[in-house]
This record gives sequence, C-alpha cells and structure tokens, in this order.
Amino acid sequence: MKLPNYIALLAGALVMGGNLHSAVAADLSQTEERFVYCTVCHGSNLKGNEDTGAPRLSHLPEWYLLNQLNAFRHGWRGVHMQDEGGIEMRPMAEALSEDELKKVLAFVGSKASDIPKATFSADLAHGKQLFAACAACHGASAQGNQALNAPPLAGSSDWYLKRQLMHFKQGLRGDDGADMNGNTMRASAALLADEQAVDDVVAYIQSLN
Amino acid sequence: MANVTRRHFLKLVGAAGGASAVYNASLAMGLMPQVTARANIHLQPAQVGKNNKVVILGAGIAGLSVGYELEQAGYQVTFLEASHRAGGRNLTLRSGDLVDELGYRRYCQFDDKPNLYFNAGPARIPGHHRRLLHYCKQFSVPLQIKANSNKLAYNYEHGKFDNQPVRVGKYVADARGFMSELLWKSAGTINFDAPLSEEDKQRLLDFARAYGDLQENGHFIGTDRSGSKTDRMLENSVPNTPITMERLLDSNFWRYSMHATEEYDWGEPLMEPVGGMDGVVRGFLRNIKSPIVLGAQVKGIQQTASGVQISYQHKGELKQMDAHFVFNNIPSHFLSGLETNLPADYLSAVSTIKRGKLFKVAFQMKQRFWEDEGIYGGISYTDQESSQLWYPSHDINAEKGVMLGAYVWRPDYLAKFENLSPAERLKLAAQNGEQIHKGYSDYIEVGESMAWGRMNFMMGCGNYMTEEDREHHFARLQAPEGRHYLIGDQMSHHAGWQEGALASAEHALLDFNQRLASGQWV
Repeated sequence: MKLPNYIALLAGALVMGGNLHSAVAADLSQTEERFVYCTVCHGSNLKGNEDTGAPRLSHLPEWYLLNQLNAFRHGWRGVHMQDEGGIEMRPMAEALSEDELKKVLAFVGSKASDIPKATFSADLAHGKQLFAACAACHGASAQGNQALNAPPLAGSSDWYLKRQLMHFKQGLRGDDGADMNGNTMRASAALLADEQAVDDVVAYIQSLN
Repeated sequence: MANVTRRHFLKLVGAAGGASAVYNASLAMGLMPQVTARANIHLQPAQVGKNNKVVILGAGIAGLSVGYELEQAGYQVTFLEASHRAGGRNLTLRSGDLVDELGYRRYCQFDDKPNLYFNAGPARIPGHHRRLLHYCKQFSVPLQIKANSNKLAYNYEHGKFDNQPVRVGKYVADARGFMSELLWKSAGTINFDAPLSEEDKQRLLDFARAYGDLQENGHFIGTDRSGSKTDRMLENSVPNTPITMERLLDSNFWRYSMHATEEYDWGEPLMEPVGGMDGVVRGFLRNIKSPIVLGAQVKGIQQTASGVQISYQHKGELKQMDAHFVFNNIPSHFLSGLETNLPADYLSAVSTIKRGKLFKVAFQMKQRFWEDEGIYGGISYTDQESSQLWYPSHDINAEKGVMLGAYVWRPDYLAKFENLSPAERLKLAAQNGEQIHKGYSDYIEVGESMAWGRMNFMMGCGNYMTEEDREHHFARLQAPEGRHYLIGDQMSHHAGWQEGALASAEHALLDFNQRLASGQWV
C-alpha cells in the first residue's frame, strides 16, 4: 500500500502542535490527511471515545505508544477474537511504514485533550489498597515509569483501563510469550481477584486525575 | 368498549360490514400499515437573512434528503462530507473505486464495464418503501425488478443432506407437504377454542391438501411443484422423491432462512436502480445545487446563542462555518469523540445507539455458471460463514457477472471475516461457495469485500438501540438539542435501510418546520 507524501504538511502540523498542550478548548489543529484515520475512532483530539471503543491517546508518551504499535505489528496484541478493539486496531498499525510509525508518534504527541471524567464509581478505599502493588511499577500517582516500561495510567479513561485489565486477566492481551511487558502485566492483573477488584482499583486510578 | 379486545371488535365489524369494513377499521386503529403514494414535503419558505442558513453534516441519504428539501424551500444549505464521495453507505463499487477501509485502503479491481458493479450497501427496495420510491420517481431514477428469492437456488448445510446442496423450492415444497399431511391427520383431534363444525373441518382438510399438494387420501408422496424425474414436456411428470420429514426437521433451514423472504421488507418483488444503487445518490446530486464539500472532516460542533459553529478540516486547513441550524448525519458513535458543547445527558442518550456491523463479499465471475444451473437472480443460503450467495438479476446471458459471495451479519461469522485480510476473506468465501457450486473458485477473476465496521468515517452499519434504551431516549434524540438535529437511519426503527434514513429526515424536517412556525427560534 502506497500513501501520498505529506511531509511538507506534516512540518506545518508539528509547528502548530508545539503550543497546543495548554489550550485544550481551542485545540482543533489540523491533522495530516493520512493521520485523519486516527481521529475517526480516537476522536478529534485523540481524547478517546467509548462508543467506538478507542482509548484516549493524547496523554501517552511516545515510548509507550511505540511499544504498543509494535505489539500490534508483532501480532502480540489484537489477535484474540474477543478483543474487538484490538482487532480493529491491528491492521492500522501493520499498515504503517517505518517512516509513518515515527511520524504518527509525533502527531499523537502534538494533540491535547481534556482529562476524561469517571464513568462509574466503586470502592476507592479498597482500590487504594490494591493500587499499592501497581504503584511499584506505575508510580504512586500512576504517572508511569519508562525505565520499567510501565505506562502512565492516570489520564486514561476508566472504561478503557477496566477493559484492558479484564483482557489481561482473560489472556486476551499479554498472552504471547515474546511480549515480555505484556506477560508481566498479565501476571499482575491475575492478582486482582475479580471484576469488583478491577472496578475498585480503576476507580482509584481515576480519582488520581 | 370495555372488555372488548381489538381483535374481537374487528370480528364484530366484519360481521356487520364485511371485509372492507374490517380493513378500513384496521387502518383507523393503526393495525395495518397504509401503503400509499408519497406526497412532497411542504416546508414554509425560508426567510431572507434570518434562520435561513443550514449546515448538513454527512452527505448520506438522510443528509441529502434534508438538504434537498431545505434547498427547495429556499434555505442556504452547505453539506460537509468527510469522505471522498457523497452517498454514505449507499455505495456501488465499480472498476477503480476506492475502498477506504482502515488498514486496508485499496481499489476495486473489477473490469471496467458499467454492468459489473457491487452494491456494497443497500441493494434492495420493496414496494412499500414509499419515501425512497418517491425520490426515485421524482429524480427519474430507472428501476428494475430484483429477484430476492429463487426456487432453483440452493440451501447448503454442512453435514446435512449428504453434504449436498438442496434446491430451495424442493425443500419448501416437501416441508409444506409434510406439515400439511400432519394437519390432515390431526384435523379431527385438534382442540380449538370452540369446536369445529363439520363444514369447517372439511375446509381445513381442503386447505391442507391444497397447501401441501397432498393425495386424495391426505398422504404426501412428493410433489412436482419442485420438478420431475422425467422431462415434463414429453412425458408424464413424476415427482422427485421427497426428503424425509426426519431429515427436514434435522436441518436448520426452516429456523430462519426458509422464511427470509416472508419478511415484509424482503417480500417479492423487490427493485433496484438500473446500473447500481448509487443511481439514488446521483438522482439527489443532479437536483441539489447547494455546495457539497467533500473531504471535510468535522472536528467540533459548538452551540452558540443564535446558531451553531462547525469546525472542520478540509484540504489540510482548519475551517469554521456558522449556521443557524445543523442536521447531523454523522454516525452516532463518533459524536462522543468530537469537540462539542452538547450537554452530557444528550451525549449519553446518543451513546445508547450502538454500532451495528455488516459484511459482504462480491466476486467477478468469468462466466455466469449459475445460469447454466437454471438460476437467474435470487439467493442461495449456506450455514457456513458466507451465509448467502446472491445472483444478479440484471445482464442475464452476458459473458461475466458480479455475484455476491457472502452476506453476513451473524456476529461470530462477521468477526471471522473482518479479522482476515481482504485477500484471505476472498479465499474463505471461495471455499464456502465451492460447497454449493462445484468449480466455483475457478470462475472467480477478482473479488472485493465490504466490512462496514472497518470503513473510514463509518465504522459501523445498522446501528441499534435496546428496547429499553429506545423507550427512554429515542424521542429525546428525535427532538433537536438546541439547533442540532441528529438524523440518519440510526434515528429510525429501521437502521440499515435507506427508507429508515428518509423517514428520519422527514421526521426532522416536519419537526423543524413546526417549531419554526411556533416561534421557538426567534
């Protein structure tokens, strides 16, 4: 598949992107045509959309986005039939050239969006207790830790965190032997006893926003 | 009329005034849909410079209809369409057409011939879809009959009937024969609410015999309704040996597919525009003068004190458009991803409309082999992933033809197809087809697939609400939120049909007209 070259346009987008993080309300910056695809499901400003099932991306660091795009490209993620969202995403990641892979990271990094609101409530006190184990890698305020390949959790939508934790528990994500980070997380998610525990810890992470 | 049920009431009317009285009373009571000619939608003329500027988001069927009608009434209309074409899911693919699927952007490889096309979205029009047929007539869109069923087409079920396809007509005739024989045998013993008179009982027996083509003695020994073992033109007809009742009941065809064309929307005869379903879109485009901006992706919808402001991207530039009203035809599942100031409870209601999906495969066949088997149009059914095979009704006896190699909405089958690459999908559909038509794969020249759930700017097809959500939110979503109307087939009880889209458009226009007249928007 051959995509048109939009490098000149991209340069414009990056310049515009530079000052956008502080001005969310006004952020309707242009999107390079080939990356309009991202905004269709993930939203105008990549704020995520529960109705399409696409997560918020605008807050995620480049290194983690790259990890995940590669996880899709390696067939570690988005291969289980029950992982509908992952299956929808995988061909998009596979279609990216090496050059586009770098540029899409810059594009995502240029976007800013509002912090998502809670979509459910649960037992925060219990969630806080459970989160102690998560904090070891993801940080006390769920800010993430690149050294451990642990992404920030704060800023992700609660519905999305819940879905991913359930997928880790069910083996729909992190199941491939070559996916070291996924394997680690899958083992960690197994420590959450049930769906209620997942709800509690996710509600606590949401409260950190 | 306390303690009188509607049905009982109709019986009373029937006794007094005959069948036509029952029919008219039924219409009055809303028990029977009325199929009549469709009149034009009459809107008050737009006022100059006041409440007269309208933006339509999405040039699908509902958007085109609303925009056309408002333009006729003198409104200043602009369409913003995200994709490279107007029509929405009314999409007819021909040689060289872009298939803008996420991750698999490609171009249709059919031969460059006008009659080799694939109606990737809607493909059938029943005679009671009055709104759509009204526009077809008004815009002179030529229509032809499209066979939706065919007694000579097949039903194939893996592991049944010795893995052989069975002609639909044979299955139906034998199933009716055995059911009629059952009715005949039990007519005297069935307990109805009231005992049958001797006269009624005789009529029931006669009905059974006529319905199932039974022998004088009420036995079913096969029927030449589904053909003969002999050449019927030169010899006496000898019915084919009937399928045993045991095998019929063991099959699953009777659970649904056998009755598919009994559905009101699939009842014969159906129609299609000559040359492809997008004849409807071209009809609208010939008659709309207002600008339709293609490649305009909406990013934001802001309600202001006296109108709406739409932010969109077009040709790499960010643009804004102010209007007094917006009619929004964008798939509902995208709304929550846009930057809007629509109230949270409204957006929550929108979110109760869920994404539906539909999948199709079309093959360009180098030879119309199905016609050699006596099949001219109609549908074969299979319990394999492809689910249905459609034969074209047009271009009979031509050299090549495009036939539908899969028509899938069963969720597990659909997920399986969607999860494959376009080339792998064609392989699976070809394997399925081989079970019905020996040598099927050898006839395939090229193919195309349509996964509506993965299409750019669409990501779904036939959106739906649960009954409970519909009860709570549908009326709220039919009403405008400020100056924002949500329209489209998604805002009907009949998503996935153009008639649903047009019904939604009509409802919104009439509501708009009434509110405007009542002085709601000064």
